[in-house]
Amino acid sequence: MTQKERAESGAEEKRLRIQKKLRKLREHIHLSIATAIAALFAVLFLMPIVLTITNSFMSSAEISSNYGSVFAVNQNGGKVYIADKVNLKFIPDMVSFSQYITVLLKSPDYLLKFWNSVILVGPIVIFQLAVASLAAYGFARYTGKLRSIIFFSYVILMLMPYQVTLVPNYLVSSWLKLLDSYWAIWLPGIFSPFAVYLLTKFMKRIPYSIIEAAQIDGAGEWMIFRKICLPLCKGSLSSAAILIFIDYWNMVEQPLILLSDADTHPLSVFLSKINAAEVGLAFAVATIYMVPSLLVFLYGEESLVDAIANQGGVKG
Amino acid sequence: MRDAGKVKRELKAAQGFGLKKDKKKRVHIRVRSSRSTKRIKRRSALFIAPSMLGVLVFFVIPFMVVIYYSTVDNPISKQFVGLENFKLVLNNAAFRTAVSNTARFSAIAVPLSVVLSLMLAIVLDMKLPFRSQFRTFFLSPMMVPVASIVLIWQVLFHNNGMVNDIIMHFGMERIDWFKSTHSTEVVVLLFLWKNLGYNMILFMAALASVPRDLLEVARLENASSWQVFLHIKLRYLSSTILFVTIMSLINSFKIFREIYLLTADYPHDAIYMLQHYMNNKFRNLDYQALSAAAILMSLVMIVIIGFLFLVEDYFGKDVEG
Repeated sequence: MTQKERAESGAEEKRLRIQKKLRKLREHIHLSIATAIAALFAVLFLMPIVLTITNSFMSSAEISSNYGSVFAVNQNGGKVYIADKVNLKFIPDMVSFSQYITVLLKSPDYLLKFWNSVILVGPIVIFQLAVASLAAYGFARYTGKLRSIIFFSYVILMLMPYQVTLVPNYLVSSWLKLLDSYWAIWLPGIFSPFAVYLLTKFMKRIPYSIIEAAQIDGAGEWMIFRKICLPLCKGSLSSAAILIFIDYWNMVEQPLILLSDADTHPLSVFLSKINAAEVGLAFAVATIYMVPSLLVFLYGEESLVDAIANQGGVKG
Repeated sequence: MRDAGKVKRELKAAQGFGLKKDKKKRVHIRVRSSRSTKRIKRRSALFIAPSMLGVLVFFVIPFMVVIYYSTVDNPISKQFVGLENFKLVLNNAAFRTAVSNTARFSAIAVPLSVVLSLMLAIVLDMKLPFRSQFRTFFLSPMMVPVASIVLIWQVLFHNNGMVNDIIMHFGMERIDWFKSTHSTEVVVLLFLWKNLGYNMILFMAALASVPRDLLEVARLENASSWQVFLHIKLRYLSSTILFVTIMSLINSFKIFREIYLLTADYPHDAIYMLQHYMNNKFRNLDYQALSAAAILMSLVMIVIIGFLFLVEDYFGKDVEG
């Protein structure tokens, strides 16, 4: 190798190294831009939640001086100093538990509504899962023409906005004399097709060979369902439960239409009505109301993500 | 215990190999022994029965009645009027405003939500620090009860609210967000905030399903990341993009709850949605108009969903094979 050649290959090597470095640098820049975008969105996404929680620790005086101009609290008739602009604050001047004390101890109203919510949502989650896991097994076990048509109509039903099913819902409740009782919300909730759809998608992933093996060993359909399908679908059952829970924990329309007695309304409806009158309490109530869903979320995020990701196609 | 582990492992293996094989097997068995298939068919139909019964009683039969209501002049005299109710509804000014508002809202909100959530998914697909934390943050709006969000939105967008404060700080006119045509923007923002995380997960799942070796080849051939995105990833994402579009469209029809909580029965004209129309008809006990509107709405939904199925059939074949 001559001197010249050696020099050339050295230069080549150098160029490659620089190129590599540049590439790395570019990757770094891309990554930091991406992180910045993600961070920006994260702040925007988290702000309302953080705001709700921190503001729940403000005393009502502080809240009305901060947000008075928005909600104009003036029930006492007395003169309240109201700033003419909103003072959005993340950190309360003085941490106070007075709102929580009022909500939890002084006025039983809120706790009562909380229980209403629990009583309304609990049975729906449990029994919708029960009915749906059975049906999902039926749909996953055998796919014929008729069954595909039925499944398709389930999907359509699932995707309908509530206002379309509102009239049918109201009609049935009045025929069966269920109006003003929780049954009017429980029953349509229990037979809602959503979980059927989700679980069918999961159950279709169970390899046929397992079921076939059980069948050869003499297991009946019920046995296969109980001993094979359900244990294998444990994860998907819990993710379906989370999605059902979120959906019904937030319900507003159904109680408004089907339950005329405001005492029986769940907290979600109640919460939307106290906004104007008792802003101070609203944040505390909202925080308490968020606790169950936050817990569900923290413990079940993985399976929730799984459930959403598996919806990626509508067909079973 | 050991058996359960084995089954799980088998399940995992099967997931890896995909479903195609199982499907073939099922057909094979059906051909070989039709008697046992028939038994399976009958037995497994029993599992669907409870759910079917409930759906029939609580959704299908009442819906038939709604169809009947839409063709009579009122529920008491029950005079058949044919399509008269539909004509009345379609010519109604409030209904038309509601339809055009709903359409406009969807036309703004849906593309935005698809593009932004895809962007978030791509960003999270890179090797970001705190990746899983970011995912949690983006999903967190799902957890927040609608009513408390409304509270925050009021603080932000009220005439004396925080956004106006900032705007005025920069020397611009304040905007009465809820009581002007700008109300659409506020609602779009709320919609995006609530739905982006959900769509993002769908996109992330799709991105994860792009074959790694394909990306590796592209990298070896010195393809730019833009090229990789355009020519490889986008192709694998196409069916998810359509799915997300249509799910967002359907979700955009559900925005009513938030608008209702923000502005009660009669909001600004710009955000008077189809559901407001239906709710008000319900309140006035105008069942015929309500039924006709519900049927029109469900027809539109069925067309959209049918389209989704067709498209999925088309694209599903393209990518999976």
